[in-house]
This record gives sequence, C-alpha cells and structure tokens, in this order.
Amino acid sequence: MTDVRELTYLDAIAEALLVEMGRDPDVLVMGNDVGGSFGGAFKVTKRVSDEFGPHRVKNMPMTELAFVGAANGMALMGLRPVIEVQFADFISTAFDSIVQYAATTHYRWGGSVPWVIRAPSDGGIRSGPFHSQNPEAWFVHTPGLKVVAPATPADAKGLLLAAIRDNNPVVYFEAKPLYRSLRGPVPEGDEATPIGVARIAREGSDITIITYGSTVHDSLRAAHEVGNEGISVEVIDLRSLKPMDTDTVLESVAKTGRALVVHAANRMAGVGAEIAAIIAEKAFADLDAPVRRLGGLDIPIPFSPPLEDAYRVSPGDIAAQLRELVSW
Amino acid sequence: MSHSLDSSAKLNIAYWMRLTRTLDDAIMAMWKQGRGVGGTFSGKGHEAISVGAGFAMGTDDVVAPMHRDLGCYLVRGLSPDRILANQLGKAEGVTGGRDANLHGLGDLSLNILGFVSHLPQSMPVALGAAMAFQYREEPRVALTFAGDGSSNAGLFHETLNLAAVQNAPLIVVVENNQYAYSTPIHEQMAIDDIVVRAAAHGVAGEIVDGNDVVAVYDAVLEAATRARRGEGPSLIEAKTMRMLGHAIHDGAEYVPRSLLSEWKERDPVTRWEERLVEEGLLTPETLARLQEECRDEVEAAIEYAERAPLPDAAGITTGVYAP
Repeated sequence: MTDVRELTYLDAIAEALLVEMGRDPDVLVMGNDVGGSFGGAFKVTKRVSDEFGPHRVKNMPMTELAFVGAANGMALMGLRPVIEVQFADFISTAFDSIVQYAATTHYRWGGSVPWVIRAPSDGGIRSGPFHSQNPEAWFVHTPGLKVVAPATPADAKGLLLAAIRDNNPVVYFEAKPLYRSLRGPVPEGDEATPIGVARIAREGSDITIITYGSTVHDSLRAAHEVGNEGISVEVIDLRSLKPMDTDTVLESVAKTGRALVVHAANRMAGVGAEIAAIIAEKAFADLDAPVRRLGGLDIPIPFSPPLEDAYRVSPGDIAAQLRELVSW
Repeated sequence: MSHSLDSSAKLNIAYWMRLTRTLDDAIMAMWKQGRGVGGTFSGKGHEAISVGAGFAMGTDDVVAPMHRDLGCYLVRGLSPDRILANQLGKAEGVTGGRDANLHGLGDLSLNILGFVSHLPQSMPVALGAAMAFQYREEPRVALTFAGDGSSNAGLFHETLNLAAVQNAPLIVVVENNQYAYSTPIHEQMAIDDIVVRAAAHGVAGEIVDGNDVVAVYDAVLEAATRARRGEGPSLIEAKTMRMLGHAIHDGAEYVPRSLLSEWKERDPVTRWEERLVEEGLLTPETLARLQEECRDEVEAAIEYAERAPLPDAAGITTGVYAP
C-alpha cells in the first residue's frame, strides 16, 4: 500500500522532480534561476538543485527561445528536459521553439521530443498584466503538443511524472496561487496520473461544471454554496486539456442536462469555447439549458485589487450562473 | 592546404560535390518542366560549404542542415532516392509527403535533424544536441548552418551566447551568400563580416572562402577538434554567392548579373575538379566518368521517385504524437 500524506501543491511538484530525477538519469531541469542555492523564483526547484547540483539543474540566461530550442535538441538525443519558464506569461518568448519545432517534428519526420515545460500560471495574487496570465489556449490549439493543468497536489505530482515520461512535448500549467495555499493528500512512490483522463471532483445530478486548475476550487466552493439550496452540482476537473477526456464530460452532461464551463483564462476563444462547442455538437439532445461559459474578461489582466477581482471569476459568479441555469 | 585529406578523401569530395550539383540541376530542370510539386530550393554555389562541412563530421556527430545544404544530406547518407521522393511528396520520401522539398529531412539513424522554415531554428536544436553530448560526456559535436539573413535574428544571438556560456561542442557555419531572399547584405546589417558577431558572444570565429571546399573542410575539422577537446563552440563564416533565386519561382532579377558572372568564375564544383586534374588525381577521362556516374545515379533516383506511390490520405492523422 502506498502511504498518503498531505503536501502543498508546490511540494508535490518538487517531489515529482525528485522522484523522476532519482529514477531516470536522462531527466534534467533547466530554466531561469532554477539552480544554485536559489532554486527558482518560487523555490520549486530548490530541493532538486540541492540534491542534484548544476550538472542536472541548469541555470539559463534570459533566452527562452534558445533554451527551449536547445531542449528540443536534447530531447531528440534522448534526454528528458524539464524546463521552467519563470512565469507562464514569458512562454510567448519561446513560441517558435514550441509550436513550430517541437510540435511538428514527430509528424514530419518521426523525431520524438520528450520535454516538459512547467509554466507557473494564473493570478489573483496582485502580480499585474505580465505575471498573471493563463495562456493554455495557444497550446491546446497546436497539434503535436500535450497540455495538462493539475488542480490538486496529488495531480500536481502524478501529472508531472506522466508528463516527464511522455514521449511528446508537454506544457504543464501549474497554478501558482495554489503553490502554498493548497495542501492535500499525495501518494508516496512514483505512480503517474494518466494524461487524458478527467476526474470527477464532486458528484451531482442537476448541473455539470467543467473546469481545471485553480477554478476547480472556486467551483467546488460554489457547488457547496448552492448545495445548501438543494442544487446538486457535479464538478469535473479536466486535469488534461490536450488530449481532453470528452467522454467523461459528455457522460456527465447526459446525466445532468446542464453544463457550465469555468476557467481562469479570458473567455474569448479560450478552452471553454471548445468544450461548449463539443457539448453543443454531441449532446444537444441532452441539454435542458444553454451551455454557459465563465472566464476572465477580455482585457489585459489589471493589477490593482478591485480591478483584478473584477477581472477574475469568483465563486459568487459561479454560484449565480448555477442558480440561473438550473431554473432555466 | 588541408592537414588531413588523403587522395581517396579528395576524390570522395569530388564525387559528393558533383553528385550534389547534378541532383540540384536535375531538380531545377524537373520543376521548370512542370514535373515538380510545390516550390523547391537550389543550393547552387553552396556545394563547397555543404559538402566540406558535412565531410568533416564523424558518423556519430549530429548535423542540422537547412535548405541550401543538399550536399550535407547526401554526405551524411541520405540517398538521392529518398530526397527526390520527398520533393515529389511521395510516401517513401523522408517525411512521407508531410513536409516539402528539403524541409523536414530528419533521420536520427543518420544523425540528421530536420529543419523548419523559421531560421535559424536549427541553431538552438543543434546546440541542445551538443549539450546532450556534454551531459553524457560523449566526444561528439553538433554542426548546423545559418544564413546571412538569419544571422540578424535574435535567436542567432541567443544561441551563440548560450553556446558560449555552456562551452558546448557546437559548430555554426554561416553561409553568407550576400542575399536574404531579395535583400542585399548591406541592407541587412551595418557590418562587413558576420564573424564579428561570434566575438561579441565569446565564440571562436573564422572567415573562410565558401567556394573552396578544402578551406571549409579544414575550418570545420579544426572547430570540431577544438570542440572535442572541450574548447567550446565555433562560428565559421563561409563567404559565397547564391547563384540562383531564393526559390524556384524567383528569377533573382534584383541581383546584378555582373556579380553572378564574377562568382561563376569561382564555381566551387569545377574549381575542385580542376584542382584534382592539376594534382593528377583525376584525368579528363576519369573526371568524365565520375560526372557520368553522378548523372546515372541521379537519373535512377528520378525514375524511382517519379514511379514511387503517393501517400494514402487515410493515414493523415497518424504520427502527430510519438507512442
């Protein structure tokens, strides 16, 4: 039996790195400020840097396009680099190396590019327009990439193990507001959470919320709140955005007849748009109400507390939508 | 003079250069006759660079060539059959019809990494291969190419800087062929020699005559030797001239004809053949036979590639992901 203890979301990520680097000498960490005694802007790589040193935890100059490109070459040679882009917002500087080279290589000539990019994403921590973004839709739109977004410490560990072992480029969005605020049970050992399998975070019968990342927790709060009013909400934590477990979504919607999609990223052409379209195309006959989406506003993410709060989806926003949809 | 080229290596180089030119000419002719698919590129004038650099690499070394480097693919063992089949979008081309012309000609069994159009994207990829060799303490090097055009990109500088910081066994050959598509070099940069960009990043740099195959070979071999000794990356600026347009559609009317005729005098392929005749390694008769062999090989490749089946669209969605 695997022992289960509670870890923070951040420590669960660090534990996955420790486990996998211990297991596989081909795994290494690279990124800005990840190494030395510093161990990363958020200290995620502090323990691996202490344990494995500069040969396997490599500080990079501020050249994301080049060092993700270098990770492409390392991966083609059979290494498994785990890259930290300091903030998900900065991933745009590495765009060509990700979407043009890494994503197309296996399809074009059969080269396998098994890297992971860890992208600390999401806001609510007063970090302004360039340290708060959720750019997952860019990568979900790109054939050849896989995209995951764990919501719990257990999945933060399990999905990172799976991402490192996957033979494809995987963009791993970790929700930085959860780093130290969320604790949860995390199995010991090295068992991975399979990529492409959603999790029912809460069972219910009246309406389905489809969500991922930090808004899983906002959705659970809202579900609890309206539960007291007699509304039974099922919450699906997608965990993996590409490939996406649409079977679990469609089965749930067939049961509840109502769907609300929630994510922290802005709404326009976000992942929620795809989910809503899939439900409309494949489960129209099951629906008793229109599919609704909640996401950030279509504006750059503002800094000041009242502005950022107005930008973000809140549990109150979710609860209001739930009430409206069940009375449709 | 070369430190290490024996007679048989010199003759091998003559063969690869002539084969490269013959295949290049044949591809141009086919496309002009309407027997091609899509666009294609010529590397005419670049044979000394692509063959010389490729020939200086060991079989365990990795190369990441681009669209002017037909000779490098050939030297590394990619057959004219598979190259032509790829150009014609055939199932047995290197990419099975998924990528065009020389794009995507990657084959890990030959240590060749395919490129994408976003030059110089192969530079960091080759650097990563070099860093993997360092990581595993293997005495291998990685070779890649860039153009005068892509030497202006931020990624060129990012990669040189990172290569220097990592002291990686990377060799970058910059093929300065005077034009990036239609833009002449003086409209691209305010320096005379691209090699100064190496010094800016702490990378060893050297200028060579890009139409002299031995000069290219020697410079790359020396860079490889240094890299294997742990002395870090090198940049070699090979000065040459693009003798045809950017791609098949481009007549390059913007290039002064006098410039082309000036460079035609320095044609790298005939220059090498003439030198070997002078040295007595070739006679007019053996040279004619070598050229005929290359023609026969290319003709056989054309016959094979034109007859080869096209891909079945039923398989179009397979292979997006590695298993």
